[in-house]
Amino acid sequence: MADTYSRGKRVFVERPLELVLLTVGVALVADLLSKLANGTVTVLTLSIFLKDGIVIGLVIGLAGVGLSMTYSILNFANFAHGEYLTAGAFAGWVATYLVAGAGTVSAGDLFLLGVSGGADAGTVGASVFSTPLAVLVGFAVAVAFGVALALALDRLVYRPMRGQGAISLLIASIGVALALRYLLAFVFGTSRTGITGGTLPTYTVPVIDLIFNAHELALVAAALAMMGGVHLLLRRTKLGKAMRAMADNPDLARVTGIPTERVVRATWIIGGGLTGAAGYLVVLETGTISFDYGWTLLLLIFAAVILGGIGSIYGAMLGGLTIGIASTLSLIWIPSDFTHAAAFAVMILILLTRPSGLFSGVTTA
Amino acid sequence: MGVSADRLSARLPGGDGALILAVFLALYAGFGLLGVLLGLDANGLASTLQRITFFAAVYALLALALNLQWGYAGLFNIGVAGFMAVGVYTMAMLTAPTDPGTGGLPGLGLPLPVGIVGGMLAAALVGALAALPALRLKADYLAIVTLALSEIIRIVYNSTSLRTFSIAGVDLGTGGSQGLALPTNPINALFYSDARSPASPPTALGEAAFGLFGAAGVQHTTVVDWTYTLVLVVFVWLFYRLLSRVGNSPFGRVLKAIREDELVARSLGKDTGRFKIKTFMLGCALMGLGGILWQGSQSYVSPNNFLPILTFYIFIALIIGGSGSNTGSVIGGALFVGLLFEGPTFVRRLVAQQIPLGDAPDTFVAAVEPLASLDVTPLLAYALGNLASLRFVLAGVVLVYFVQTRPKGLLGHRKEIAASVDLSERPNRPARADGGERR
Repeated sequence: MADTYSRGKRVFVERPLELVLLTVGVALVADLLSKLANGTVTVLTLSIFLKDGIVIGLVIGLAGVGLSMTYSILNFANFAHGEYLTAGAFAGWVATYLVAGAGTVSAGDLFLLGVSGGADAGTVGASVFSTPLAVLVGFAVAVAFGVALALALDRLVYRPMRGQGAISLLIASIGVALALRYLLAFVFGTSRTGITGGTLPTYTVPVIDLIFNAHELALVAAALAMMGGVHLLLRRTKLGKAMRAMADNPDLARVTGIPTERVVRATWIIGGGLTGAAGYLVVLETGTISFDYGWTLLLLIFAAVILGGIGSIYGAMLGGLTIGIASTLSLIWIPSDFTHAAAFAVMILILLTRPSGLFSGVTTA
Repeated sequence: MGVSADRLSARLPGGDGALILAVFLALYAGFGLLGVLLGLDANGLASTLQRITFFAAVYALLALALNLQWGYAGLFNIGVAGFMAVGVYTMAMLTAPTDPGTGGLPGLGLPLPVGIVGGMLAAALVGALAALPALRLKADYLAIVTLALSEIIRIVYNSTSLRTFSIAGVDLGTGGSQGLALPTNPINALFYSDARSPASPPTALGEAAFGLFGAAGVQHTTVVDWTYTLVLVVFVWLFYRLLSRVGNSPFGRVLKAIREDELVARSLGKDTGRFKIKTFMLGCALMGLGGILWQGSQSYVSPNNFLPILTFYIFIALIIGGSGSNTGSVIGGALFVGLLFEGPTFVRRLVAQQIPLGDAPDTFVAAVEPLASLDVTPLLAYALGNLASLRFVLAGVVLVYFVQTRPKGLLGHRKEIAASVDLSERPNRPARADGGERR
């Protein structure tokens, strides 16, 4: 009894911020329940928010896995990660357009994705339903391009800098981000354009009347499959073990004979592939593309990774879901132009109260 | 290049001041030549050089403030744009009239000096808010926190819900995405009898100045802009003096000790956290002032002036010059503006004037297709037309190049040593001649 009291007192004195956060969280849940009870927020609204949150959260989680892996194994925050997302998406959608619109529109216009040029979303009509093959090809190309880009940039920029401090690498990644983003702007222009077209089948969940479409379904399925694949890879293969060893202690890993350079390459391959896939999927779901959307997602991805604990793969996935759901649910209380600010604020608070993340305890997987 | 710049400054009488002057003269000579080739008249030349000086001065101001945080104390702050925004917005909200006309936004109606000091204080307070807890974190976490904070600040100023609001009965407003009117530049009052309107009759000083420079073909606005730019140059000198004083004081020695090895500084009984917070706050206040001086040249400010890209520009300027060196910060600002920021635009104008490229193609594909028949002209024309994007690419590449091959910048290898006696001069330890680099 006295022991519990003194422990409680210690928590109260040493971690006031955490206690405040907990109180705020409990208050918000209570408020949500009361709003549901008196009908200010309907079950349908809540379920739409949850669905949107899960959809965006899965994308953020998928991209976050790559960021988290490079963060823990190469030990630096890669600010160019958002651009890997955009570049993968552009490559994938160029492939989709070239396949879907072959014969009807000139290849040059298809290449430009209607961002500039004559191939608009309506004439090409790319979607999971009407052009499944083109979407599959595009998805594969997005993954492949993500991998190729990550490896090429590692060779050009990061490998010559191995052993330099985290901050030097971080600054270099900011330079990479600038160069990549505006190369995309140079080729595809700076406007935001519609990408997917045609009518989509929708599905209704009985009882609560929640409607979701084929693209959301495809995104959820693809994201979950890729996360499952990463789980198997890290848990069941020797590579996964080597990665976890390197994240824990790179010097020790090298001494025990783990080929560290090969592990680094594998990290980039997995991270780049997942990020390219995430970029492709987010465009599939939102239906628009622009040269800077990866950059706008970057801080949210960082938020997810930090929330889950840097280096933790499952943490990144859960963190992504949490950030996604939190940013949509926050619409119940705050105006929509503050949702990103709210997500960033949550990230800052997590960094201050639990720098090792909410779901941490183990690093890497 | 770093070594040659150093040798140059050793040979020049006057040392660092002369080096800065030489860089500026070289820039003036280069842009003067470009201007003559472009066929600019006297007013065009004067206004070109004014533009270069103005931007070089504001980037120098901000790079100096950042150098205090990063170069001296090793605090990696990538939220510079946010702290500038706090300074400018607070200044504007404090000085806006209490009863604005239709379409105007209400403020507190305080005099301009109070607004400027208030803006600096607000920036310092927000800096303290970020620094107090964040300084316990690793350097890269501080980076993420400051970037996120600067985005939060921008989102808040951009929000429609805060376009106008009132606290305790006092009406205030941020203007949302449309922005906020700034107080009239006091420089205007020197030249015009009505500071708000350049059409009003000039004052006695204005009469004399306009007459003197007008004879050479320089327009009135150029004269006014040059005067404001000279005020900024004086501020650069003040910043430089202040930061050199801080750097050489006992306070500055502790900062350098923290940068080299925080554990050692703590072991010597220094409360390093307190030093870091003070430095961070001073740096943020100077960033707020830098922002105010920059935006003070405009009549209104909007949240889009404070995108994270601005922070990265300031970083590029500091890294080119070399973090840890105040002279480097000023030279970095000048070189960044001259070669990366303004230079490409002038080269484009010159190329467009000298080489007939024809109409630029609308799309990248249309620019690349003629390459099949070895026709490079459309691609060149397209590149010149989209120079805005390529300039960012160039900035990114330069940043990577400097971090990879010259991490100490052009002058950073002269970063001042932490000890009061140069221990690195001992002949048997040539490997550490750069003043205590750990690796």
